Amino acid sequence: MAIITCKQAAFAYDGITVIDGLNFEVNNGDYLCIVGENGSGKSTLMKGILGLMRPKSGEITMNEGLLSTQIGYLPQQNSAQKNFPASVTEVVLSGRLNSRGILPFYSKADRKIAHDNMEKLGILPLRKKSFRELSGGQQQRVLLGRALCATKNALLLDEPAAGLDPLVTRELYGTIKSLSADMGITIIMISHDIQAAVEYASHILHLKNKQLFFGTTEDYTQTKTGKLFLGAAEENDVIN
Amino acid sequence: MLSISEIFEIFGHTFMMRAMVVGLLVSLCAALLGVNLVLKRYAMIGTGLSHVGFAVMAIAGIIDVAPLTLSLPVVMVTAFILLRLNDSNKINGDSAVALISTSGIAVGVIVVALTTGINLHICNVMFGSIFAMTQADMYFSVVLSIVVIGLFVLFYKQLFAVTYDENFAKATGVKVEIYKSLLAILTAVTVVLGMRMMGALLIASLTLFPALSAMRICKRFLSVVIAAAIIGVVCFFIGMMFSVALDIPPGATVVGVNLIVFMVFSGISLVIRGGTK
Ligand SMILES: Nc1ncnc2c1ncn2[C@@H]1O[C@H](COP(=O)(O)OP(=O)(O)OP(=O)(O)O)[C@@H](O)[C@H]1O
Ligand SMILES: [Mg+2]
Repeated sequence: MAIITCKQAAFAYDGITVIDGLNFEVNNGDYLCIVGENGSGKSTLMKGILGLMRPKSGEITMNEGLLSTQIGYLPQQNSAQKNFPASVTEVVLSGRLNSRGILPFYSKADRKIAHDNMEKLGILPLRKKSFRELSGGQQQRVLLGRALCATKNALLLDEPAAGLDPLVTRELYGTIKSLSADMGITIIMISHDIQAAVEYASHILHLKNKQLFFGTTEDYTQTKTGKLFLGAAEENDVIN
Repeated sequence: MLSISEIFEIFGHTFMMRAMVVGLLVSLCAALLGVNLVLKRYAMIGTGLSHVGFAVMAIAGIIDVAPLTLSLPVVMVTAFILLRLNDSNKINGDSAVALISTSGIAVGVIVVALTTGINLHICNVMFGSIFAMTQADMYFSVVLSIVVIGLFVLFYKQLFAVTYDENFAKATGVKVEIYKSLLAILTAVTVVLGMRMMGALLIASLTLFPALSAMRICKRFLSVVIAAAIIGVVCFFIGMMFSVALDIPPGATVVGVNLIVFMVFSGISLVIRGGTK
């Protein structure tokens, strides 16, 4: 069942189109990786899916199976202010708001979920610290924790591995994989780690200000675009 | 300067009891909401509301309606407008808010000058007076401030989420517009309730000072909120003492005490930060 449908959608900033010709579907339980070079419109599309931006033309719809209150989101850039006084626990717990709804305060169950997610991401020892005093990678993990707390049906991640050390990155991929495989949570992830993308994802969406490819990972690795992009990444690895 | 026993005698009067009750509740509301206003960069909204409130009070004076019944709805509507202006980045939102704010003062002064003239009464409206409260005013204010505090506590986590990261809240299905409007309306109510006692020119700073002082020393949101509430209430008490003892308008003394506390806390935070380096 398609939970997100995108039909001929285009997005623009101040009238200038940055991406168009988007046609794809995300089914319940899919693991979609969005790839493409810098400035190709990946984050823009994700904002469109989340309803933070309206398409200039075409349409992008969330279907009945998916409610925005069941979505977890990790933005590429933290839109919160730099000097905000908030503890790690307060930030992670705020991810529970969408499922708590109108009921006052957070329940014991909410606190338990926040606690477990912090444990999973190795930030439990930081829980009483002020968010603004953490390192970049630590902050990224806290925001991931918040995203996980908000996730019930779907998890949208914009470059989740940015700023994480290799060990935490691998653990993160494992966590996401198990959310997808064991709990059937739909994953949409923007990533520059094309190797990991083809290893984990069921579907690939390749953008370059338009849609270069959409389909299963298997098909992607057979196409010219996929081969080129994978090859380029490998060459880079060799050079690095 | 009055002696201690004289001060206590004044505090025994009914008008003073009313002033204390209302002032205390309004200070608490202002301090709580102020944390969100400061962090959400809505500081100017409080100022704009109180200045528009001033104009409404002046107009209420000529058309002879009770100041609260007219100013409450008008200031609430203004709150919506200021919120929209502040959030729109198309035109210079903050400048627009500043314009509305100063226009409020101008309209108020024009109305007063043309009718009663600039007299003691108008000074009281601008800088506050402890004689401002009737008994009906007091009951009205008590009920409304309790509603404000209740809603703040009830929607504490939503207000935090919307203040901390509006985009995330929106993306995950939180109705951010509702909670932003709630913040603006609660601020409008607080400003209107506190305006006559603390003065139209000074009430807004009672929302800002406690939060800014608390943020000097606290690192968690909850501790900032609690510290701001305590600072707001304590500064109000001390300010009222000075107001009575020295016969200065209460708004001015309360703000003055807040200013001193802010400077002391800034000093403390400088020492702490310097010490950890
Ligand atoms: N707020 C904005 N205002 C105007 N233009 C923008 C804005 N955000 C992005 N753009 C433009 O839209 C295009 C796509 O940006 P987007 O952030 O979607 O890229 P991306 O694929 O996520 O890139 P990256 O890999 O660097 O994160 C870019 O050319 C960028 O300059
Ligand atoms: Mg991006």
